[in-house]
Amino acid sequence: MTRYFTDEHEWIDVEDGIATVGITDYAQGQLGDIVFVELPEVGALIEQGKDAAVVESVKAASDVYAPITGEITEVNPALEGDPALVNSAPEDDGWFFKMTIADEGELDRLMDEDSYKAFVEAL
Amino acid sequence: MPTGPSDCRILPGRPQVTDHDTQEDFDDHLEDLPLDPLPLDAWHRAKGARMVPFAGYDMPIHYAGPSGGIVAEHNWTRENAGLFDVSHMGQLLLSGPDLDAAVEAVLPIDLSTLKLGQQRYSLLLDDDGGVLDDLMVSRWPDALYLVVNGATKWDDIGTLREALPDDITLNHLDDHALLALQGPKAADALARHATGEYPLSALTFMRFGRFTIAGHDVTIARAGYTGEDGFEISLPAAAAEDIATLLCGEPEVQPIGLGARDSLRLEAGLPLYGHDMSPETSPIEAGLNFGINKRRRIEGGFPGADRIIRELGEGTARRWVGLRIEGRLPAREGAEVFSGADKIGTVTSGGFSPTLGAPIAMAYVVSSYAAPGTAIEVEVRGKRLSATVSPTPFVPHRYFRGS
Repeated sequence: MTRYFTDEHEWIDVEDGIATVGITDYAQGQLGDIVFVELPEVGALIEQGKDAAVVESVKAASDVYAPITGEITEVNPALEGDPALVNSAPEDDGWFFKMTIADEGELDRLMDEDSYKAFVEAL
Repeated sequence: MPTGPSDCRILPGRPQVTDHDTQEDFDDHLEDLPLDPLPLDAWHRAKGARMVPFAGYDMPIHYAGPSGGIVAEHNWTRENAGLFDVSHMGQLLLSGPDLDAAVEAVLPIDLSTLKLGQQRYSLLLDDDGGVLDDLMVSRWPDALYLVVNGATKWDDIGTLREALPDDITLNHLDDHALLALQGPKAADALARHATGEYPLSALTFMRFGRFTIAGHDVTIARAGYTGEDGFEISLPAAAAEDIATLLCGEPEVQPIGLGARDSLRLEAGLPLYGHDMSPETSPIEAGLNFGINKRRRIEGGFPGADRIIRELGEGTARRWVGLRIEGRLPAREGAEVFSGADKIGTVTSGGFSPTLGAPIAMAYVVSSYAAPGTAIEVEVRGKRLSATVSPTPFVPHRYFRGS
């Protein structure tokens, strides 16, 4: 399994042609207490960089963008009842959605873990 | 792409801080006035505060660590005592001959009933009765002390200076900091440090007095913006770090940022200038009738009196109400309110209530929909959320009115 990161603070795990997407620990720390996550519809086709989900913290609504182009195949059912999972386990149980990978080439332009770490440290 | 009423991406960008400014005013002031850091700037940073631009200053939105974060800070204040730095607010001192008459020509307050040691809510109105600011007025010996909102203070000073006679002196106490200590344990914590001619417990809600804390002369009012019992402490800027550190050394006290200040005041149903009221709203629409004192309703003689007195008699076409929203999705400022196909209003403040575990909001709605219990809908990103007009405060006030 390979994990990629975007400069919008999403992570993407790729396994068997399916990408699992969530937001990073850094992102959840910046957002604060998350009270609601609006997830995309299963079956929706979303282009890279377009709105895929909305995270509502106590203070504000923030968009989550599709890190790659693809079709939504599954959304995390646990977030409906327990959106705070995004705060407590952002990079595993707090995942947002799974999607197909329309263009493997898009993955090449994302960051790996070390690059993302350096990116965050420079912020 | 921004989703909320202001641009709010995860990063970069700033959180959607809401307090006493309109974005326009805020930007104007940023351009006009490179402001010095507030007295506690370094103190907040040392406590791991996330600082955001606000009212022209850098202000803490929340603090770091296990007790930090908006919800933890909110709950801490409801259960213990929270220390808020509100030094961005304007502290003004008015003095001079025939002061009461001069101020009554500007504010709809009855100063004949404001005794030494008392504080009262008032409103700065334009000639059309629109709200320029809301403020507190306190009777000091031979002076009136005003606390105005941070983002409006420069405009307020201009408005007051223009409206008041030349022989009235207006001092901007910009060498003073302002701290608020709020919560059910605030009185216990503060009483250990505040000494004066009488005990702190002699102050009841909306009363103030002079005290000494750690050798510094301070003015303490029993008031605040959270709905809890609490105090606002005006102190020399040079003493701010000493006193903030001293109070945060008490086991009941944690520093609290602007984020929780906003969620606390929303639960308390308290309006926020620049959002819940503005020059586009009248205080009667906002339900702030108590800000127009009784004698002044009869006599008039303040800016906007014609409209205010008419609206007091006839009512207004729209009213500011509380909304409880079903589900967990918050409706925020700018969300539209519907009854069936008819748009009947707009949300002016909204968020998630940590105390109730549910979204709450304040909105202006057409007056025929303003009765508590009225079922309406709020639209968020194309979705209709069921909501009910609710009495406010959402969380009961716990002011100390005497034992």
